[in-house]
Amino acid sequence: MQPSSPAQTQQRSADELRQISLNMSKQIIEITSEAGSGHPSSSLSAIDILTCLYLRPIMRYDPDRPEWPHRDRFVLSKGHAAPGLYVTMAHAGFFSQDLLPSLRKNDSPLEGHPNMRAVPGLESSAGSLGQGLSLGVGHALAGKMDHGDFHVYVMLGDGEVQEGQVWEAAMFAASHKLDNLTAIIDHNGYQQTNAVGKVMPALYPLPPKWQAFGWHVEEIDGHDISAILHTFEEPPETGGAPRMIIAHTLKGKGLSTFEEDAKSRKHGTAVKEDHVQAALDELQQQYQNQT
Amino acid sequence: MNIGTDIGLDYGPATRDAFGEALAEAGRHRLDLVVLDGDVANSTRTEYFAEEFPDRFFNVGIAESNLVGIAAGLAAFGKEVVVASFAAFLMCNAFDQLRMSVAYPRLNIKFVGSHYGINIGQDGPSQMGIEDMALARALPGFAVLCPADAPSTRKATDAMLDHEGPVYMRVGRPKFPIVYRDDFEYRIGKANLLRSGDDVTIIACGLMVACALVAAHQLAEEGIKAAVLDMHTVKPIDSEAIESAARHTGAIVTAEEHLLAGGMGAAVAQVVCRRYPVPVACVGLDDTYAESGDPEHLLTKYHLAPQDIAAAAQSVVNRKQHVST
Ligand SMILES: Cc1ncc(C[n+]2csc(CCOP(=O)(O)OP(=O)(O)O)c2C)c(N)n1
Ligand SMILES: [Mg+2]
Repeated sequence: MQPSSPAQTQQRSADELRQISLNMSKQIIEITSEAGSGHPSSSLSAIDILTCLYLRPIMRYDPDRPEWPHRDRFVLSKGHAAPGLYVTMAHAGFFSQDLLPSLRKNDSPLEGHPNMRAVPGLESSAGSLGQGLSLGVGHALAGKMDHGDFHVYVMLGDGEVQEGQVWEAAMFAASHKLDNLTAIIDHNGYQQTNAVGKVMPALYPLPPKWQAFGWHVEEIDGHDISAILHTFEEPPETGGAPRMIIAHTLKGKGLSTFEEDAKSRKHGTAVKEDHVQAALDELQQQYQNQT
Repeated sequence: MNIGTDIGLDYGPATRDAFGEALAEAGRHRLDLVVLDGDVANSTRTEYFAEEFPDRFFNVGIAESNLVGIAAGLAAFGKEVVVASFAAFLMCNAFDQLRMSVAYPRLNIKFVGSHYGINIGQDGPSQMGIEDMALARALPGFAVLCPADAPSTRKATDAMLDHEGPVYMRVGRPKFPIVYRDDFEYRIGKANLLRSGDDVTIIACGLMVACALVAAHQLAEEGIKAAVLDMHTVKPIDSEAIESAARHTGAIVTAEEHLLAGGMGAAVAQVVCRRYPVPVACVGLDDTYAESGDPEHLLTKYHLAPQDIAAAAQSVVNRKQHVST
């Protein structure tokens, strides 16, 4: 008999999710600022997708039973977006929100990059880019071997896909028809030192590359909650292919404090204390403009 | 960090800054020098070179195996090449390329890994290079450098560029205390004695040299005279200096910000065993990863603080007396 997941019982509306995403975006700014380091801009580009996966919820899981075998798996390959994932997991009930301000501090389980042995519900330890898709493939393969009913999600950075291992994993996933695997590229256009298109122009265009590797490819606006919900909730027939969702996002979610750095959107830089309020106000303004 | 301020050490630039500046300077007279980085030039400080010599700098992207492979091709062609990334990603992600494409054909390439040790603090274990020296030591023909402060890193960078053969140098993220104040010589393979003493020799590298100097002060208060030897070259190790330290002080402590497995302490112990056996204690990470946190908190929690070095010195001094009676 299959136990059911309590997180699944009620679905939040798109409007509720927009509100939650706003609150969580604010928390990302606050906790990284409090820590004095971290990657807020890389977390903000991912936050709307994380919101939908964990808090609609699109994924099936039970925060009280993080090891529940039927849970869907989420692997954060771009591990530096840990603040975004921690905030989301706290809202999902894996741990108390009171823990969030301890980010990166002495003896906190919320380390700078995810440590799966420290936080229940984290499916991977990460921080060295390029490895998460292979982990996701392993989970998906195990699911196929054991006739598991779960789905595996992996989130990658667009700079991260320069790592060769990503394409080794891509080949394998398509070869083994892992249609229980969905990868998401947080396509914010920037990596650590520059724009992706400046560092490695031939990485573009992305969609035909993934198609050529045997994946079913879709492109979405990664900040449009309705579009995200639609994409994940009405999955297409892929004929056995794994799914790649290329999500067009904004590194730093379009906040001026990040945009003033034309080169890399202040990659890996926390907002200084005296700029925090302005950033929070701007997020609030964005939210009001969109609703 | 505050380490060493109590004994009057001043803080200088980070050793990565010193490397970046020395590299850019070298670019002005080494007109064939090519620098490759894996999308972390603002962290490794190769950005200084990149800004001045954009035609001789390449960001290979987030692709460390490819980074090392391309460097090997350039070097085989005859270019003078420096490669930089985080110590962890460079050595761990590209180890087979280092082995097969660089060490085996003995190509003359210089590798620099930044963010070594647990002193990087908040970013946590995934970004901490703690096995890099063991890996580099395991590559036949490689020299391995771990300079202690900014002034010696400047000289180490020049020495590295002058050296015939592959070199791996590790540099740190935060500001380090300055241990070389006066004029000094830096030669690859030649350890520098920074403090004399008759009872025990502390052999350290990198940030641990400053910690060793603090420990030596603490020991002096207890009547133990500790010498401090900067083993900035971990390979080829200065066997002469180690043997003479063993003969002169009869007890040795090593201190490194690295796993005990395969690091500087292991290299020193091997020399001591072979040449002149005396009690040895090794301070380093004991078969564990660290975690996120404040750098000094981590150094204390993982037993790499001055007091741990002093305690290790106490223990070898006790063992020495035990052996001699
Ligand atoms: C193997 C590896 N190389 C380099 C780094 C350093 N690094 C951390 S984040 C980053 C940029 C990542 O860019 P992207 O994948 O586009 O992620 P974003 O932050 O834009 O979401 C780099 C180079 C790393 N963590 N791992
Ligand atoms: Mg990006």
